[in-house]
Amino acid sequence: MGAREIVGSVSFRDNPFGEVRLPLLLGAVAACVVALVVAFALLMVDRRQTYQTGAYNALRKASDVVVAPVTGAVAAPVRWAGGVAEGIGGYFFAASENRRLKAELAAARVWRERAIALADENARYRALLGLAVDPPVPMVTGRTVSESRGPYANTRLVNVGAAQGVRVGHPVLSENGLVGRVIGVSSRVSRVLMLTDTASRTPVMIQRTRARAILTGDGGWAPGLAYLRGRDPARVGDLVLTSGDGGVLPRGIAVGRVVRGVDGDWRVQLASDSAPIDFVRILLFEDFVKLEDLRALERPAPPPPPTPAPPTDPPAAAVAPAQKSRGAAP
Amino acid sequence: MTTLAQPLRVSRWVGGPLLAALAVSLLLAAPIRLLGLPLPEPVTLMVPAFAWAMIRPAAAPAFALLLGGLALEGLWGAPAGLWAISLLAAYLPILVLRNILAAQSPVVLWAWYGLACLLAQLVGWLISAWIAGAPPSLAAAGLQWLATVLLFPLAALLIERFRDADVRFR
Repeated sequence: MGAREIVGSVSFRDNPFGEVRLPLLLGAVAACVVALVVAFALLMVDRRQTYQTGAYNALRKASDVVVAPVTGAVAAPVRWAGGVAEGIGGYFFAASENRRLKAELAAARVWRERAIALADENARYRALLGLAVDPPVPMVTGRTVSESRGPYANTRLVNVGAAQGVRVGHPVLSENGLVGRVIGVSSRVSRVLMLTDTASRTPVMIQRTRARAILTGDGGWAPGLAYLRGRDPARVGDLVLTSGDGGVLPRGIAVGRVVRGVDGDWRVQLASDSAPIDFVRILLFEDFVKLEDLRALERPAPPPPPTPAPPTDPPAAAVAPAQKSRGAAP
Repeated sequence: MTTLAQPLRVSRWVGGPLLAALAVSLLLAAPIRLLGLPLPEPVTLMVPAFAWAMIRPAAAPAFALLLGGLALEGLWGAPAGLWAISLLAAYLPILVLRNILAAQSPVVLWAWYGLACLLAQLVGWLISAWIAGAPPSLAAAGLQWLATVLLFPLAALLIERFRDADVRFR
C-alpha cells in the first residue's frame, strides 16, 4: 500500500487508475529483462560462429532474399533520375567534355604504344624463363541493391548468388579497386563484407616497399593498417595492393592509397570510394590453400602405369619354378 | 465512459510505429547517393523506443524492440542481438524515469532522447568492440548518433498522438 501511495504522489495527474501503474511498470521492466536475456543469448550463439559457409544461417539468407528486391526497387527510380540529370548535364557540358576527352586520348595513345611494347617484352621474357603465370580468373558482374553504412556493420547485397557460381570468400571489386569479399550466399543474392567493416581483415602490401600489413576495418571511411613493420614502410600517397598472403585474395588488386589518420595512424583511402559502387565484379577465385586435404599435395605421385611388354613366349625353365611356387602357396 | 471501455490497442501504438520505422530503415538502405553523398543511416527504431517508454509502461514494446532489433541486424548484416540489446538498454532507463520526464518541455525531452541514443550507441560500440576485438570508429558512431538525434520530432509526434489515448495514464 505504501508503494502505491508513493507512486500516486509522484504522478502528475490524479486519476483512479494510479494504483495500476506500479504493477504495469514492473511488468514492463520484467518483459524488458526477458527480452534482454533472449537478445544476449542470440548474441552469444552468433558470436561463436565465424564468417564461414556454415555460419550464414537460414534466417539471414531469408532476410537477404526479402531485402534485395525491395531496396533494388527503391533505388531504381533514383538511378533513373540520376541518369536523366547526367544526360542533361552532358548535353550542356558537351564541348568542354569533348576537349578534355581529346586531351586524354592523345595521352592514352602514347601509353598504348608503350603498353603494347611492354606486353610483347613480358611475353618474351616469360617464354625464355619458362614462367608459369596465373590463369585468368573467371568473374561475374552484379549490381549492389542494398548497403549498410553504420559504425558496426558495413555490408552490401549484390544481386548475383550461388546460381551464378558465387561462393563464400570470393573477392569483390568495383571498377576502381577492391570492395570486400562475399560472406553469405543465397541462390540469387550475395552479402559482401566491405573492407571498412569492423570484422574485415585483409592482408595487403605497400607497393613501393613491399611491406606487409593487415587492413583493419573499423566502421570509418578509412580502414587502418595494422602490423605494419620495417623502417619507413609507408608514406602518404603510397599505393596499397592485396598481398595474396594466406590465399584468401589474389595478389596485386588495388586497394587504395596511404593516408595519415587524425589519430596519427596509417590508414588507407580506399580506391573503391572514388566513385559510387554500383556494379561490382565478383572474382570466382579459388586458391590451393583452400583445399580440404592439404596433405594430398605432399603425397608422392602415383607410379606411372606399367608399359605393356611385347608379347613373347617365356622360356620353359622360367615357367616351371613359378608353377612350383604357386603350388606351394597355402 | 465510453473511452474507458476502449483501451489502447497494441497494434496501433506498437505495431504501426515498429513497421514504419523498419520501412524507413529499409528505404534508407538503398544504395543511393544524393549530391554525391550517401544516405544517412539513423537508428530509426530509437524513435518508437523513446516514445513507447514515454507513452505508457507495457510488456509489448520490449518484445517489439527485440523483434525490431533482430530485423535491423538482418537488414544491416550486423551480429544478431547487437541492436536488440542496444535498443532495450536505451528503452529501460527512459521507462523507469518516465514519471519524471512526463512534465518536461520538448527541448528537455530532446536532450533526454539524445542521452538515450548515446546510451544505445555506447552499448552497440562496446558489443562491437568485444566481438571484433578492435574498437569501432568513434566518428562513425557519432555520425549515426547525430542522424538519430535529429529524428526526435517524430518521437514527439508519436508521444503526442498516443500519450492521452489510454485514460488510465492521463
